[in-house]
Amino acid sequence: MQYVITAENLTKTYGDVTAVDGISFSVPAGEAFGLLGPNGAGKSTTMKMIGGVSQRTSGSLSIMGLDPESHGPEVRAHLGVVPQQDNLDEELRVRDNLLVYGRYFGLPMSYLRPKADELLEFAQLTDKAKSKVDALSGGMKRRLTIARSLINEPRILLLDEPTTGLDPQARHILWDRLFRLKEQGVTLILTTHYMDEAEQLCDRLIVVDKGRIMAEGSPASLIREYSTREVLELRFGSERNATIGAELEGIGERLETLPDRVLIYAHDGEAALEQVSARGLRPVTSLVRRSSLEDVFLRLTGRSLVD
Amino acid sequence: MSILSESHNPGGHSVTEAARNRHFGPMYSRNVRAVIARGLMATKSSNWMVMLSGFFEPVLYLISMGVGLGAIVGAVHGPGGQEISYAAYIAPALLAVSAMNGAVYDSTWNVFFKMNFAKLYQGMLYTSLGPLDVAMGEIFLALLRGLLYATGFTAVMGVMGLITTPWAILMIPASVLIAFGFASFGMGITSFMKTFQQMDWINFVMLPMFLFSATFYPLSVYPQSIQWLIQAMPLWHGVELLRQISVGIFTPATAIHIGYYLVMIVLGVMLTAGRLRKLFLK
Repeated sequence: MQYVITAENLTKTYGDVTAVDGISFSVPAGEAFGLLGPNGAGKSTTMKMIGGVSQRTSGSLSIMGLDPESHGPEVRAHLGVVPQQDNLDEELRVRDNLLVYGRYFGLPMSYLRPKADELLEFAQLTDKAKSKVDALSGGMKRRLTIARSLINEPRILLLDEPTTGLDPQARHILWDRLFRLKEQGVTLILTTHYMDEAEQLCDRLIVVDKGRIMAEGSPASLIREYSTREVLELRFGSERNATIGAELEGIGERLETLPDRVLIYAHDGEAALEQVSARGLRPVTSLVRRSSLEDVFLRLTGRSLVD
Repeated sequence: MSILSESHNPGGHSVTEAARNRHFGPMYSRNVRAVIARGLMATKSSNWMVMLSGFFEPVLYLISMGVGLGAIVGAVHGPGGQEISYAAYIAPALLAVSAMNGAVYDSTWNVFFKMNFAKLYQGMLYTSLGPLDVAMGEIFLALLRGLLYATGFTAVMGVMGLITTPWAILMIPASVLIAFGFASFGMGITSFMKTFQQMDWINFVMLPMFLFSATFYPLSVYPQSIQWLIQAMPLWHGVELLRQISVGIFTPATAIHIGYYLVMIVLGVMLTAGRLRKLFLK
């Protein structure tokens, strides 16, 4: 298989803090690859090392066969980057942001003018072309940042929490656009702490915590491996949640007690709920749902993703 | 969607393909002009007020000190010993100070802000641009601004009747030389700065240099040891250089002043280049 990204024992330390602690992964061309983990897990640092704007402490990294540390400008010619925080050029107008960014790649204006218009349409910002950037809403800025990242027709798109702060409708529009790019053969590298986003977009992902890889696989295979088919969520009120565990012993395959609720992992959630009722326990609320990546993360790290 | 218009052509346009096939080192992509073009475009749309205030500052000093204070001081001795007005005495010094201030502001505060708050360089460095492209582009822009200020200030001197020799026109390129010296060093120094408190140290060095570098009175008022200290400072060489040029009197010291800045530029560029990774790639 042809890999566009190969990382081996990638490590980054800032003083005493180890942000990325020896992670290894490979991404084949055209894959949507996710890095899933809580804030501070080392996702963004990994993204920065891939872009060659952060120097690794040790390990090796190859992007399109090149080391981003010794060939930064060449590697980045292949990349489109959507950083976690929008870093649009506030001193330039919307369309100029795209043109100027394209110039940074050394692309000619004859190519950039029609491309900028095309991308403005893609981002649904055509009527904002002459606006100032700080007059745009959060969602518009995000879309402009993504449009900007496509100006050089990148082979690999790095998306660092692309939909954080967007409303549900804007997220779905964005997912649709990313899906289409994937269909064109663009490799997507995506960090997120949204489970649904990872499940929607990623062919394969790694679960990262404290700079280490906890698990690797497709969303479905991770759920199969680390969780049950269904989950029963019970709320007994914050006082009771902590002490109810003993009384629920034996129901389902596994029990997880969180501050606000108790999770019972079972193949059949309804059947588990009946067993709870049969023991005379009356939860304030109960909910049976499918297992998600959130449960995988909880199982692997003992805490939920969004603290 | 139009973005998909190229779906029949997954490799993309030939120009983007060509842009991907160029070869560069780790720090430089031979694309300084893109950084310069961005700076000019940004100035066009938003920076006019900042630009104007930078021009008026030395003019206001010249009027208040030169004309106002000059009325009490009367005539003073210029570089060749001839009598000149106090305004004509301090005008070249103010030009040197303004070249220094502009260059230091652009290469320290401006770079620090764009780096840590506007995140401008963060965006640039996720493209094909290397740190050296960004650094050279920003220094060029600082010098271009210095050139405009120097030209404007020299014109004001002309209008106020403070120019008596055609040599004075050389104050303009000499100001750019002074600005280059400070800008190249300033950016290197900024690479060591992490907080606003540290940035304040720059002002702590600049203000005394401005006040005591023979700007408003001759060096001879100081005891010998203080004179040596002042003469070791870069601004004094700039003040003396421009003051000599303003009256068209050149001595062997002129070459020393120019040489001081040439050495400063070389060392500053070396410092900045050596610190580029620390400055831009954390």
